[in-house]
Amino acid sequence: MKPDEIIQRRVARELKPNSLVNLGIGLPTGVAKYIDEHANVLFESENGIVGLAAKPPEGMDDPDLTDAGGGTVSAVPGAATIDSAYSFGLIRGGHLDATVLGALEVDERGMLANWVVPGKMVPGMGGAMDLVTGARRVIIAMNHTAKGAPKIVPKCTLPLTSIRRISLIVTDLAVIEPTDDGLVLRERAPGVTVEQIVAATSAKLVINGDVPEMDLGVAA
Amino acid sequence: MKPHLKPEDAVKLIPDGARLMIGGFMGVGSPHRLLDALAQSGKRNLTVIANDTARAGVDIGKLIRAGAVSRLIASHIGLNPETQKGMIAGEIDVELVPQGTLVERIRAGGYGLGGVLTKTGLGTIAAEGQQTVEIDGETWLLAKPLKADFALIAADQADYAGNLQYQLTATNFNPIMALAAETVICEPREILPVGMISPDVVKTPGVVVDYLIERAA
Repeated sequence: MKPDEIIQRRVARELKPNSLVNLGIGLPTGVAKYIDEHANVLFESENGIVGLAAKPPEGMDDPDLTDAGGGTVSAVPGAATIDSAYSFGLIRGGHLDATVLGALEVDERGMLANWVVPGKMVPGMGGAMDLVTGARRVIIAMNHTAKGAPKIVPKCTLPLTSIRRISLIVTDLAVIEPTDDGLVLRERAPGVTVEQIVAATSAKLVINGDVPEMDLGVAA
Repeated sequence: MKPHLKPEDAVKLIPDGARLMIGGFMGVGSPHRLLDALAQSGKRNLTVIANDTARAGVDIGKLIRAGAVSRLIASHIGLNPETQKGMIAGEIDVELVPQGTLVERIRAGGYGLGGVLTKTGLGTIAAEGQQTVEIDGETWLLAKPLKADFALIAADQADYAGNLQYQLTATNFNPIMALAAETVICEPREILPVGMISPDVVKTPGVVVDYLIERAA
């Protein structure tokens, strides 16, 4: 199984039936493919839709129905569109059950940096700061390392997105939960050893006994 | 009845140095023809308040490419390298604001509020130089109101009284900006006779709209 699919399948299992979820652009968007269609997970996008669905077939899209990246999408029956103030009311006001986002760095305190590399990449925070501050659960979906360098570090060197602790980190190697006692290694990806995970992580990991393999719902 | 203008005549209302709010999200729900005319008009020194600057040379990106913008307040410029280049070169003074805070600052401006208190950005570099407020032992960040000389917005249907309704995700910042500017110019997809839009689906009442852009020839 490809690294992205491992991450997306594992994150999909975190999303509860009848919940409202925001998926970031890129790798997190692909989580939607692995959600049981009967689970009634509703996806929202900060540009103003509750009930976002996949891109429609070629030629059947509408330029006025898009996701937060500006790409055309479709909507589920029962979807609702809203203005930007209402959209961020949902996000900040505690109405969003989970957000799934990528990361540049996550640290031992569970702090996230995902919006700027000063002097190099200054895209702006868009909705990321509101999402991380306001969502009930913040799930980070990312590759464990970037060009071999650990992304789970003792302390973020890049500017933080929020001072709120994130809820869970899901990578192609592991599931890690930030807690008061530090980063707890919860699960290993299929075929990956604890030693491999520790070697790919510069932050200290808390390891309690045997670390089980991820359940992806299918054979890896 | 609201005056309805051609885009090239509407932009004559806007002087150099004007402060503009422009609706849209990555160009979706932006007043496309009005922005075309504005980019071609040779205006200079504009301040733009908008969610983003779309892509290079597209919608608000046309104003950036034309060198019309000297100051920008936005939440995201990552998909327009020309805006980033202008910022790094010091040609455009860019203030980046979290998206939910940006829309609330615009809403506060339009709703007559002195500001909004939010947790978003607290403790990050986005809060540098900004005031915090302590309420019942909790710390909040104060987001100050934004207003503009002009709001350039887009709608799906208008009537000749200026009542507006929006479509799908093209709604975004448009109805919020319609209250926050001195002069509101709206480019609807079509203009209907008064009475053809049900009062229940009017999202922006015509009373706050000053000019409509004529439909495309």
